[in-house]
Amino acid sequence: MTGPTRREMLVLGAGAMLAVPAMAQETPRRGGVLTVHFATEQRILNPSLQASTGVYIVGGKIQEALLDLDAEGRPVGVLAESWESAPDGLTHTFRLRRGVTWHDGRPFTSADVQFTAMEMWKKILNYGTTLQQFLTEVQTPDPHTAVFKYSRPMPQGLLLRALPDLGYVSPKHVFETGDIRQNPANTAPIGTGPFRFVQYERGQFIIAERNPNYWREGMPYLDRVVWRVVGDRAAAAAQMEAGQILFSPYSSLTIADLQRLGRDPRFEVTTRGNEGNVRTNTLEFNFRNPVLADIRVRRAIAHALNVPFFIENFLGPFAKPGTGPIPSVSTDYYPGPDVPQYPYDPALANRLLDEAGQRRGQGGLRFALRLLPAPWGEDIALWATFIQQSLQQVGIRIEIVRNDAAGYLRSVYRDHAFDLATGWHQYRSDPAVSTTVWYRSGSPVGAPWTNQWGWKDDRIDALIDAAATEVDPAKRRALYAEFVRAVQTELPLWMPIEQIFVSVFNRRVRNAGNNPRWASSSWHDTWLAS
Amino acid sequence: MRILRLAGRRLAASLPTLLIILAGMFLLLQLAPGDTVDALMAQIGGGDAAFAAEMRRFYGLDAGVPAQLWNYLSRLATLDLGHSAIYGKSVATVILERLPATLLLMVSALSFAFSFGLVLGVIAARRVNRWPDTLISTLGLIFYATPSFWFGLMAIVVFSVHLQWLPAGGLSDITRSLSGLAAVVDVARHLVLPTLTLGLIFLAIYLRIMRASMLEVLSLDFVRTARAKGLSETRVVARHVLRNAMLPMVTLIGLQAGTMLGGSVVVESVFALPGLGRLAYESVVQRDLNTLLGIIFVSALLVIAINFLVDILYARLDPRISAEE
Repeated sequence: MTGPTRREMLVLGAGAMLAVPAMAQETPRRGGVLTVHFATEQRILNPSLQASTGVYIVGGKIQEALLDLDAEGRPVGVLAESWESAPDGLTHTFRLRRGVTWHDGRPFTSADVQFTAMEMWKKILNYGTTLQQFLTEVQTPDPHTAVFKYSRPMPQGLLLRALPDLGYVSPKHVFETGDIRQNPANTAPIGTGPFRFVQYERGQFIIAERNPNYWREGMPYLDRVVWRVVGDRAAAAAQMEAGQILFSPYSSLTIADLQRLGRDPRFEVTTRGNEGNVRTNTLEFNFRNPVLADIRVRRAIAHALNVPFFIENFLGPFAKPGTGPIPSVSTDYYPGPDVPQYPYDPALANRLLDEAGQRRGQGGLRFALRLLPAPWGEDIALWATFIQQSLQQVGIRIEIVRNDAAGYLRSVYRDHAFDLATGWHQYRSDPAVSTTVWYRSGSPVGAPWTNQWGWKDDRIDALIDAAATEVDPAKRRALYAEFVRAVQTELPLWMPIEQIFVSVFNRRVRNAGNNPRWASSSWHDTWLAS
Repeated sequence: MRILRLAGRRLAASLPTLLIILAGMFLLLQLAPGDTVDALMAQIGGGDAAFAAEMRRFYGLDAGVPAQLWNYLSRLATLDLGHSAIYGKSVATVILERLPATLLLMVSALSFAFSFGLVLGVIAARRVNRWPDTLISTLGLIFYATPSFWFGLMAIVVFSVHLQWLPAGGLSDITRSLSGLAAVVDVARHLVLPTLTLGLIFLAIYLRIMRASMLEVLSLDFVRTARAKGLSETRVVARHVLRNAMLPMVTLIGLQAGTMLGGSVVVESVFALPGLGRLAYESVVQRDLNTLLGIIFVSALLVIAINFLVDILYARLDPRISAEE
């Protein structure tokens, strides 16, 4: 016998019972309306055409993807029941769930998957167009099998990790005629999900109701989901307190309100359920400025910033120091902190700047730079001010240039009218989805969140390309470790802070945050305590 | 018939202004860095260059600026406001959807401010320099000096979060489906706090104007005559003073109708109301030219219409004005 003794079992059992909150023992109650804070109203609600949290928060309850992530972050079947991949990575076969119907009563089949993949994911969906660029066709040998054919190897790990976000299926019979983008179903979605679209009043609310024919027996528990469009952060916090909103996703409240509501027993303020939505704060350098093209200057700037101090005093418990472009929550690809780091060391920063020939002139000033902070997120504004004040200490004067969203993207990524820029890099489950584009050369001018630094490194380009098509998981992991080491050494941009989005739940919401992309997922098992 | 002719003349006189405003706004927005596809990219968190180029073609941004302006104006000539980039439907529909909430808020806030401003102004003038006057004037000063977003948030904290008397935001209770009288009461309950917030600042202005105007008219000769006739003080105020003192108030309404359309952005945001102010703000942020120009067009028409009504009202209050026309 190697298993635990009965005594140990008892102890373990008691421990488990203590660890699991009492609510998990309760039986789900049917009924109720879940009201959700919707701060980022989008142009469309169809997640097959637009990959963004602002679409998933609504469309993800109405339409479903082939896969989702389970509590441990592993891919789990939704519209696909099982899958297998050929060893060469060129063929991936998905067996689809039977007996699933669209909200308009038509059956869900492999033709829907084929149409969505070829016409939406490959042609329109942001990030999907890159992911599926080598997808040549989707074969449908029978109504419940979809075979994806690629012209270059597609690592199974990458595909399975990307599909929970980039694998939402739309009904072919609704979209096959007319312009896909103009289809009215983009704002009145028809899906297979646990909730059926009812009404969308722009700037006010969206309503969805229980889908009585949902394929998961007896689910969902909620009668309705209502999204309230509230743009003002302080007003949204007040609505949470007044009970008009039960859930606020994706760090949509002010940092002060998050901390205040966190002390209120009626609410839970947590990163749980957002582990799949990680972002890092960036510091982007423009190599067209010869001062910044000197690696010693870039390293000096990094050494001049006291990141732990900033996090402790401004961001609170929901952020931690970052160690590179692949964040620590990415269990499969995180290479550990054992890559070049730039700890706070003002003396070293001063020395590096002197060595680079940037000596202090009049008033102790070495040179001046423009810093463009992205307008999303309070943390970016704070971080920009912190950079300004910290760099003043080592003799660099920073002029902060503020723009709104469209102006920021245009100035940085198209006009290259910046010296330093700071914003968010969002990590989407796999480095190949939206991380390596920050480093790969050759992105067309104007493509946001790509390498627009005027910097190119052939070795790093080769590493990125090799990893994107490497089908052996162990080799792929090693390639990404090498990639992180290389970019941390060259420092074309720096990602010193890691943050997970914060959710605020009213404690009546149960089964909340039980998977790593909960705010985006379908909420089929969510229920409300009375 | 005379009124119609007057209206037609007014409209014709405003046409050049309207045209200049629209073309000016169009060009001004071209100066703002970034276009609606940049804004879309920011909103969705990125996409590749092919996607961006395709979207620019889709929104008609690949044509030059003069061509875009010409397209817009020639469409406008046929009263076609164009297609909204952020809403994916025609601008006319989008604005029509938002107009009721804006008008409801504007009319209720204006009537609240006007009627209470009138009453308080009269009381203050009749008790000038005594405690009711001091109290009313001080209150007016406080209302005028307080930023409306703060007022709104404090009102929410007190009446919605702590006392739970009134809803914190929105136009109606969307978790229940109400009809008939219950629905009207529901909307009215939702409008109480926004109306107060938007109205209080204007109330302060109205009461001060009314007070000053009353004091001035009270010192005129015809009031002395009325008193000499032996009329009671109430009758003097109600019949003789009030009517003449109202003229500046009516002028103010005409002037402030435009301000209120714009000034409601803050109130609409705080109370999550679907009005024109927020729509305009969103259109700027999203660089949605068609929608923004559409709103400006409709707002301009609205202001012209209100000023026209004010002119008619003048004539009714003071027959000498229409006689001069």
